[in-house]
Amino acid sequence: MTTTTAPAPSDSRARDRPATSTSRSRRRRQRLVTALFLGPAIVYLVLFFGYPTVKNIAMGFQQYTISTFFTGEAPWAGLANYTEVVTSPLFRTALLNTILFTVGSIAGQFALGLSLALFFRRRFPLSGLLRSLILLPWLIPLIVASAVWKWLLDTDAGALNRLLLSSGLVDSGIPWLTSTDLALVTVIIVNIWIGIPFNAVILHGGLQGIPDELYEAGALDGATRWRAFRHITWPMLRPVVSVVLVLGVVYTLKVLDIILGLTNGGPANATQTLATQAYQLSFTTFDFGQGAAVSNILIVISLIFAVAYLRLNRRAVDE
Amino acid sequence: MNPSRDVSRHRWGRGPLLRRPVSRRAITTAGLMTPLAALLSACGDTAQTPPGTLRVLDSYANEPDKTIIGDALHAAADKVGVQLQRVSVDGSALVQRVLQQGSSGTLPDILMLDNPNLQQIAATTALRPFDELGIPTDGYADGVTAACTYDGRVYGLAPTVNTIALFYDVRALDEAGIAPPRTWAELREAAAALTAGRRYGIAFCGNATYEGAWQYLPFFWTNGADERDITSPEAAQALGLLTDLVTDRSASTSVLNWGQVEVKDQFISGRAAMMVNGPWQIPEMAAVEGLEYDVVPLPVRRLTQTPVAPLGGEVWTVPATGRSANEELAAAVLTEFLSEESQLSMGEQRYTVPGKPALADEYSRLRPGMATFADLVEDARARTAELGSEWPATATALYTAVQLALSGQSPPAAALARAQEYV
Repeated sequence: MTTTTAPAPSDSRARDRPATSTSRSRRRRQRLVTALFLGPAIVYLVLFFGYPTVKNIAMGFQQYTISTFFTGEAPWAGLANYTEVVTSPLFRTALLNTILFTVGSIAGQFALGLSLALFFRRRFPLSGLLRSLILLPWLIPLIVASAVWKWLLDTDAGALNRLLLSSGLVDSGIPWLTSTDLALVTVIIVNIWIGIPFNAVILHGGLQGIPDELYEAGALDGATRWRAFRHITWPMLRPVVSVVLVLGVVYTLKVLDIILGLTNGGPANATQTLATQAYQLSFTTFDFGQGAAVSNILIVISLIFAVAYLRLNRRAVDE
Repeated sequence: MNPSRDVSRHRWGRGPLLRRPVSRRAITTAGLMTPLAALLSACGDTAQTPPGTLRVLDSYANEPDKTIIGDALHAAADKVGVQLQRVSVDGSALVQRVLQQGSSGTLPDILMLDNPNLQQIAATTALRPFDELGIPTDGYADGVTAACTYDGRVYGLAPTVNTIALFYDVRALDEAGIAPPRTWAELREAAAALTAGRRYGIAFCGNATYEGAWQYLPFFWTNGADERDITSPEAAQALGLLTDLVTDRSASTSVLNWGQVEVKDQFISGRAAMMVNGPWQIPEMAAVEGLEYDVVPLPVRRLTQTPVAPLGGEVWTVPATGRSANEELAAAVLTEFLSEESQLSMGEQRYTVPGKPALADEYSRLRPGMATFADLVEDARARTAELGSEWPATATALYTAVQLALSGQSPPAAALARAQEYV
């Protein structure tokens, strides 16, 4: 690092510096500089990550309600919040929906993202323009995106159904967001649309990092197209793939705004996930203790994924 | 070559401030101090108001309500001789803001709340009772008093109130030769007859929020159901009516996802011949060219039943800030704000009914079109009258039942039984 090795411009320090202890004082100064550089980061982490996490875990064990904000009293509740939420009729639905939503979204986002990334490796007229268009869903605020989708997917007046009706593919409007069988699928499709840019961009970046020589050498050995993908692209892309998947899972588990915007968890809780349940417990029922309990469960699930990812990665490196 | 490094060096070197060598320590110190300073200034954001200025928090963030309420507040403040510093937030964020301010001791001097939230907030000791402050509390509709009373004391009052009724497209009904429905059977028939092409007979809100529960309530209560037992046969009958309207295809399945604003949009665009909605939509509907509508009370199952309307409207309170001088000034401002003259003026401008039934006659002269609503709110029932701060759990159960039944997951009685678990 240039900052620690560059000569100090300060003259005051040079004056009272005994020649014999130069190295020791320099070491001390280095340590001080290290501390000063680390300090803000540590303060930041403790203040904005450590405190909320600890607070949230504690809140899960407290009877934390509206009154707590005024009186400061949050009686210890033990595991009551957890038993309450886990035995609630909604929990199993929400857990299953969270799994389906996450698996469905990640599978769709990754498959389409990878296809697009591979597609855009080739250069063709307008490829640059088209590639930047893919970023569009990323640039639109989620609330706006979900409002527009809700409008497009309306059963009677929605643009999608009108297109389908006028083309004669269906006889009556498809209840995209109002059928208990379809709503979750619809929400997943919208979430896939939102997640494609992230997957495509990162995977495209990963593909750029694969040297062309490998393909040239592979081609000489008869590895083209699918075989080239299987034996060159996929193994070379694996580190990027695992990053994309783990980040994707963590992002998707906590998706909230899209679901709230599209269905608010309905119809009949068909799109209720742990994230929406935590939000509703905390911010519409104002039972912050139970809300925290659900979000703690969500954090644990995310952690399991992170740990699984680390172990898988380590095994891959060992191999 | 790394182009990004080039660019950054270039940029740093060009800044006139950085042309002179700056000691590294100064940069480090500045780096450390900036977030700290930001944090401190954020903590200090408690709005130190000058003496004689009262802070007001409400959720009239949209026009025309924002200006109408603002004018009424300022008129009241002028009479008392104080200044107001008003903040209007979105309705959905209001309680969160109140909790935030409660925990940091920065509650405003005058606070507006949606009426079903009042008892919850009063239960936290965050509000001052009106009898202590000397704000007159007599003469209000029973529903208003019930919504605003916690533990025997009144903590807030509503200058104007509202409820929901049946709006209908006059021309659509005339063309079909149908009179406005008075009973459930007539409603079902009329809705079926009015459904044609891209137009549904009726639109209402059955979404998975408190709005969905609120629109179910008039049918639920009018039929004799009670929120302390949501599994009663009367409750199932009321839910059956809404379910029938959807299974008859007289109402779109989208009612599962429509808020009241979307219901109004369906109605004004001619995609629904009737709708269940409230008078706060009237200003916008009045601006629609060629829309001719009228309002009747929501139909009842048997004509011998009296319609029971749910009470809607915002109540005004004085938070316990500990600054007794300000609390007294706030009480004086609210007394003026809640005066009969002020109630009539706000009621006329906002299409809401004065909170005092004694003003009904004068109000009807000012707004003859509001007669249906004025009649309904006189006996309107407060959502929190029986359950108090327990209401949100029951409201959740009610909209869950509506969702289960309308989506065809469970027949009405079973839907209510399943939803009972949420209470």
